[in-house]
Amino acid sequence: MAKKKKEEIRFAPTGIGDVNEGAVQKGVDLPDATDKTHKDLGLSEEQLLAMFEQMYLQRRFEERSMQQYQKGKFGGFLHLYIGQEAISTGTTFALDDEDDIITAYRDHGWGLCRGISAKAGMAELFGKATGSSRGKGGSMHFANAEKKFWGGYGIVGGHIPINAGFAFANKYNANGNISACFFGDGAVDQGALHETLNLAQLWKLPAIFVVENNGYSMGTAAARHTVAEIVDRAKGYNMKSAVINGMDLFSVYEKMKEIADDVRENSEPWFVEIRTYRYRGHSMSDPQKYRTKEELEEYQKIDPIQRLKTYLLENELAKEDQLKEIEDKVEQEVLDAVEFADESPFPEEKELYEDMFVEDDPYFHV
Amino acid sequence: MAELQFREALKHAIDEEMDRDERVFIMGEEVAEYNGAYKVTEGLLDKYGFKRVIDTPISELGFAGLGVGAAMRGLRPIVEFMTFNFAVLAADQIINHATKVKYMTGGQIDCPIVFRGPNASAGQLGATHSVSYDSMYAHFPGLKVIYPSEPGDAKGLLKSAIRDDNPVIFMESEQMYGMKGEVSDAEDFIIPIGKGKIKREGSDVTVVAHGKMYHVAVQAANQLAKDGIECEIIDPRTVKPLDLPLIIESIKKTNRCVLVDEAHPFGGLAAEIGFLIQREAFDYLDAPVQRVCLPDVNAPFSKKLFDAWFPSPKQVIDAVNQVTYRT
Repeated sequence: MAKKKKEEIRFAPTGIGDVNEGAVQKGVDLPDATDKTHKDLGLSEEQLLAMFEQMYLQRRFEERSMQQYQKGKFGGFLHLYIGQEAISTGTTFALDDEDDIITAYRDHGWGLCRGISAKAGMAELFGKATGSSRGKGGSMHFANAEKKFWGGYGIVGGHIPINAGFAFANKYNANGNISACFFGDGAVDQGALHETLNLAQLWKLPAIFVVENNGYSMGTAAARHTVAEIVDRAKGYNMKSAVINGMDLFSVYEKMKEIADDVRENSEPWFVEIRTYRYRGHSMSDPQKYRTKEELEEYQKIDPIQRLKTYLLENELAKEDQLKEIEDKVEQEVLDAVEFADESPFPEEKELYEDMFVEDDPYFHV
Repeated sequence: MAELQFREALKHAIDEEMDRDERVFIMGEEVAEYNGAYKVTEGLLDKYGFKRVIDTPISELGFAGLGVGAAMRGLRPIVEFMTFNFAVLAADQIINHATKVKYMTGGQIDCPIVFRGPNASAGQLGATHSVSYDSMYAHFPGLKVIYPSEPGDAKGLLKSAIRDDNPVIFMESEQMYGMKGEVSDAEDFIIPIGKGKIKREGSDVTVVAHGKMYHVAVQAANQLAKDGIECEIIDPRTVKPLDLPLIIESIKKTNRCVLVDEAHPFGGLAAEIGFLIQREAFDYLDAPVQRVCLPDVNAPFSKKLFDAWFPSPKQVIDAVNQVTYRT
């Protein structure tokens, strides 16, 4: 009798290898984009141009920041949002300015959307005193409390319950505001998400919890780290949910606006999966062996910025030179930001002890 | 002065602060309809309603984080843990978020929140319900840590904690909730955070003890007094900020010190104060500082083993005898 081949014991599903052996080939599949026009969505031409400018700013800001990182101008982590700009932009335009936003460590785009200037953002990356968090936070901790952008957070899933707290405060104060929280697909495996979804639904909190599913939890494809469809997590909590094409600005804007209206009106939370793609590695030292070049190219072909540009031109909402003008302006803004960051002073040593406590003369144990 | 139970003193503090500030609310497991697992919140639901006295699921990470978010948005949450042993599940929110959000955003966001509940052992509850966490939290920058021993201190310090604009850890004890003590009747009675108290004057040895250990120290001191040894007992009340000058001044008088701490020995408050004493009062010491704390062993269940595990007045007496060279 032939010996039965001994099967190798495996736990985590494997990636990119032999598909017949169950290897995972792909990060994420996109749902269809909306076929609505900007008019259907109630967006003006000015708004479209502002959205284009915002997305282009995020893109160029990060491309330049990457260059500066590579030149050794600053250290630490640098998680780039490139490819995902339609989500931050579509959402910020869909929400009210008074609504709360919180995100994870891939936060530059969100900060720029919520009023952090390219200068203050770049200076923060450089660790300068003129940075948006006075050089105390760096890439992962952009924040602009004045504009209700409560920051980028570095513990995967850790900021999700905090968003429930924002919604709690909004309901407590009956101010009509809602809060929206963004996190990567890696965070859906954290207990913090599940505890928060339960609390949010139980207490009817006006909150939106959004997975920006870019297909990869660092180097692990979604199908290698989580079971079933991510959006179906909502079912266990009897929570309203949606899946959105995150490579298309109009799709994000349309659905996030609908959801925001519903949350505001009914004070009930939503769980939303926005599918997207990050073009760059997880952080700066990532050889990206967990995905194929073809997959990356497939998404770059449907780039959200290019898509909006094409829409603007094809529908004769803007002329080439008008868009070029915006691009040139943004380019200059980002170059100025680099110069500003470079020339700004580092924080003084005494600032090490500032911002720990509210009082002016706090106790420090020595 | 009124004589109140520890739990009543806490309730009065919470009640008074909720009364004076609409932003203060309390949440935790069984705090509302059940009237509190240890009756600290008894009657508060009736007085303040469901908006401000809120029952949570058993979901420490979730509701602690929710509290942090609410505090970041201007409310003043009191988050009750049924015990700090369960708060370990919420440690990410306390340690990584509440204490860090202000700093890492360059001062933009405050987090005025109180995490409170019973700490350390409550008798034979086994290994997972018996750990003392005050030293652990005191390790982290950005936290104030309070572990009072008597009802009067508890009320005055809890009111200060609720008014504090920073995150504060406030620790109690299941075994002290029924303990009675004098509580000031003064309107708006407040004890500042970071101030210790000489609770028994003596000239022979300084005994530093806080929380439940204070009572162990008192028993030992009463016994020693019969032998003519007068202990000066200092209750720091607040673990951090630590009232070090009060301790050092006492040691300059007594030249001897015993530290009584409910934590395990490695890196606990006793270890820290011991270091500080050698730095600040080296020339004043007539004997090496001794400490009485838990052994480096988990809490056992069996009564006999438990009694061997838990710090006793006898151990304190032995330590005092050691530093006074009476052995």
